[in-house]
Amino acid sequence: MDIFLQQIINGLTLGSVYAIVALGYTMVYGIVQLINFAHGEVVMVGAMVALWVITALAGSGTTLPPLVIVLIGTLCAIPACMAVGYAMERIAYRPLRNAPRLAPLITAIGISIILQHLAMLIWSRNPLAFPQIISNPVFHLGGATISGVQIAIISLSLLMMAALTLLVYRTKLGVAMRATSENPEIAGLMGIDVNRVISITFVIGAALAAVAGVMVGTYYGIAHYTMGALLGMKAFSAAVLGGIGNLAGAMLGGMLLGVVEALGTGYIGNLTDLCHVSWISSDLAERCAVDGHVILFGSNYQDVFAFVVLILVLVFRPSGLLGERVSDRA
Amino acid sequence: MSLLSVRSLRVTYGGIEAVRGIDLDVAEGELVALIGANGAGKTTTLKALSGMVRPAGGRVTYKGIDVTGMASHHLIRQGIALVPEGRGVFARLTVEENLAMGAYTRNDPPGVSADLDRVFELFPRLSERRAQVAGTLSGGEQQMLAIGRAMMSRPRLMLLDEPSMGLAPLMVQKIFEVIQSISAQGVTILLVEQNALLALEAANRGYVMESGAITMEDAASALLESPQVREAYLGQ
Repeated sequence: MDIFLQQIINGLTLGSVYAIVALGYTMVYGIVQLINFAHGEVVMVGAMVALWVITALAGSGTTLPPLVIVLIGTLCAIPACMAVGYAMERIAYRPLRNAPRLAPLITAIGISIILQHLAMLIWSRNPLAFPQIISNPVFHLGGATISGVQIAIISLSLLMMAALTLLVYRTKLGVAMRATSENPEIAGLMGIDVNRVISITFVIGAALAAVAGVMVGTYYGIAHYTMGALLGMKAFSAAVLGGIGNLAGAMLGGMLLGVVEALGTGYIGNLTDLCHVSWISSDLAERCAVDGHVILFGSNYQDVFAFVVLILVLVFRPSGLLGERVSDRA
Repeated sequence: MSLLSVRSLRVTYGGIEAVRGIDLDVAEGELVALIGANGAGKTTTLKALSGMVRPAGGRVTYKGIDVTGMASHHLIRQGIALVPEGRGVFARLTVEENLAMGAYTRNDPPGVSADLDRVFELFPRLSERRAQVAGTLSGGEQQMLAIGRAMMSRPRLMLLDEPSMGLAPLMVQKIFEVIQSISAQGVTILLVEQNALLALEAANRGYVMESGAITMEDAASALLESPQVREAYLGQ
């Protein structure tokens, strides 16, 4: 099996999800300069709502094809997440629009905790099995394999990225969004209802998060009330990697982070195998002779990569890969 | 009856009164200049009239309707457009996108595209640079864009804040020609300027503002002759 190719495929799958979630962070940051730390929780809500609907439908003895059931689940998750995104901005962030930067940031963390615990109360504190009802054929590609779900995740993500780019760069609403992100006061003078544009931005980000939630649930076959936290942090890292506030940056950053993480996970065991340097001690040489490998860091370190990348970016290129300027705000 | 009528308008910034109860009238079709030194409260007055700041007191009547404290995105639908101080173009949007934003409130594509042609005819430089992002334009070109953008809303009342600021003399002359031609087309204009001579030469009437209050009001030609104005603002 070709580990390299396989990890690239896995990385692109993961990266597509990161990119879709990262877009939500970066759009909101672009328009109100707020890191919406609760955005990861919106992904979780999307997964949970879809899980709920899919489980109910699949268990009802319906004759609907599985793909349609998943589609219905997704179509229920999207408006639910949009409502969460809208309410979040309206209730928690708008009253703090002119407050010091730290206030909305702390509020975002608070919202994140509230959403997690609400989800725990509604959907139980245990991991739930995300119904794997659609058939998932596996295709061979070179020395690696790619599954139907992986193909669906990657292509659906690319489709959503293209649609969002068209919206932002080719429609009147998109131009209004960019104008508002540049200067809300002047945007208001043009007749743009700035509050409405900000609401729409949150809602679009939440809709993308809903789809990401369904994708993650389907991919891993599991959903949990804390699933959004780590995923959110990684997507946020991806947005920073690409240059926060920049749409293309979020897409690139997400894909790149996914691939780095997958390659790292695939090779870290081999790279940190102390038997490569067994000459440094006779004890080590002895153990290597018996076990063959003495691995310092195994693939359970996979979550470290995103944050190592985040730290490196913050140190060497704080504005991100495609970012134009260094932000002066929190 | 005047198109715009301001009575006892007060604006405060964190307890400091920047505008202290001014009265001001602009009749339909007039070009009125509001002159005064730096910090006299001219820009604050325009910000209050365009909904960018909420007045602390007083009343603003436009077309006979009370519009005091109305948000800017509603005022533009009433026909009031502001060309802000420092131009305020969207630097990361193209020239064409900036102009499209000027027409944001309009729903008549044929009319909008006719007005776009009109702006490009008035400012051929903008036409040449229509696909360029506004941040790459020179100061004068940005001022043209800001004025063109305001025209795109087909305003009945145009508020202009320091259109000559930071521009080369030739460009200032060009901008003032444009302002007069817009005025000749029947748009009512309230012009705030530090360059008192230029403003009063272009205007029908003028107001002089000092420390947040209106201290003189007269026909522009009379103000140009007034010894106080000549001494304080024309350097003569």
